[in-house]
Amino acid sequence: MATPKEMLTTWDKVQFAAILPAFEDLEHKKRSKFHSYNYSVADWRVEKPVFNRELCIDCDFCWVSCPDSCFMVEEVVNKRGKKQAKIVGINYNLCKGCGVCVDVCPTPIKSLLMFPEYVDTEEALKQWPKKD
Amino acid sequence: MKNITNLKEFACTPDRFQGGHRLCPGCAHSMIVREVVNATDDDLVISTATGCLEVCSAIYPYTSWDVSWIHIGFENAAAAISGAEAMYKALSKKNKLYNPDKRVKFVAFGGDGGTYDIGFQSLSGAVERGHDFLYVCLDNENYANTGGQRSSSTPLGAHTTTTPRGRVSYGEKQRKKDLTMIMAAHGCPYVATAIPSTKHWKDLAVKAAKAIETVGPTFINALSPCTTEWKFKPEETTEIADLAVETCAFPLYEIEDGRKLRITYRPKVKLPIEEYLSRQGRFSHLFKPENKWIIAEWQKQVDEYWDYLQRREEAGV
Repeated sequence: MATPKEMLTTWDKVQFAAILPAFEDLEHKKRSKFHSYNYSVADWRVEKPVFNRELCIDCDFCWVSCPDSCFMVEEVVNKRGKKQAKIVGINYNLCKGCGVCVDVCPTPIKSLLMFPEYVDTEEALKQWPKKD
Repeated sequence: MKNITNLKEFACTPDRFQGGHRLCPGCAHSMIVREVVNATDDDLVISTATGCLEVCSAIYPYTSWDVSWIHIGFENAAAAISGAEAMYKALSKKNKLYNPDKRVKFVAFGGDGGTYDIGFQSLSGAVERGHDFLYVCLDNENYANTGGQRSSSTPLGAHTTTTPRGRVSYGEKQRKKDLTMIMAAHGCPYVATAIPSTKHWKDLAVKAAKAIETVGPTFINALSPCTTEWKFKPEETTEIADLAVETCAFPLYEIEDGRKLRITYRPKVKLPIEEYLSRQGRFSHLFKPENKWIIAEWQKQVDEYWDYLQRREEAGV
């Protein structure tokens, strides 16, 4: 019987009723070059969301509502010893700039804001609205 | 059944439907699909009827799926998934499975064209035969993939390319087909409606987890606001979906064993239907003086349906 890795090489190695792995390289979670994860839709957008880590409360609303799965999360353990997802950034290769994440962000000063594509991320963070 | 308690924990799930697909910015299809495929830890086999989701997630040579995925025609998503399920059952009886210790679940996705109209015969047949699968209808109320023609899911008064508004016509003349109740009448063990939104994310995820876990054919009808054909701004997707629930235009409920109806969310204050209609460009002509009666008709239909659901829940039949 062929191993899952061998099954990915040619079609005649594929076994009946086998679930093929999603990754080309399971250990490093490397996807094949024909996975749309490695395709860029960045040229679709005219405005980009910028993420401000300091204001984020990790509610993960943006993660659940993002149509393009572009929020990168990191698994951390909180004070109560339960695992929770921490937003670490935006994958700009996948973002189409729809703005849903900005719309659902619940913090008083939004921790996600839309900026024109040409504005640098660090420049955008300096322009962030301040609390009066 | 996967234990879904809070979003912080749910967000640790590695995504099985990745970005880079070519759905419109702000499309609700991928929000629904991501939640459904993340609602279980078992291996999945997915078939997708032709439609926006199938076309945009599998543009040659790319694929967006991290799960086994079958691309199938408009009319036979349910037939294909029931065939795959039957094959698994037969092979497991003969002890010929590649990895017998893993559990495999079967999910079919279809747009409203592939579910309400074209794929209805295969869906009805698969449900009647009692295969163990979940069918998710991504209901955007028109054929968005081919340019926005009407389907039998299009509601009253909506402008589509085959029911245009103008001097003579006021848009769609028929009311929306109630597919959820039709599926419940088949005697499905579990039928539910859902929307993609941050407020009701748990509603959708728990319903999907429950439906996948239930043995037998299950059905989820998910409203999927379409930015292109409903004519609203891409960032308003979740707001529009929320309004559909708050005005009771698309109530959230679930039906077990074809009979026991339970309303899963009751709006505290039922908003007038104008709130929902006025946000969408496809209904903008209804606010002309000569078309005011259509809004009154809408409100009447929504009230009657909401009343019917509440009475059914009380009676428990």
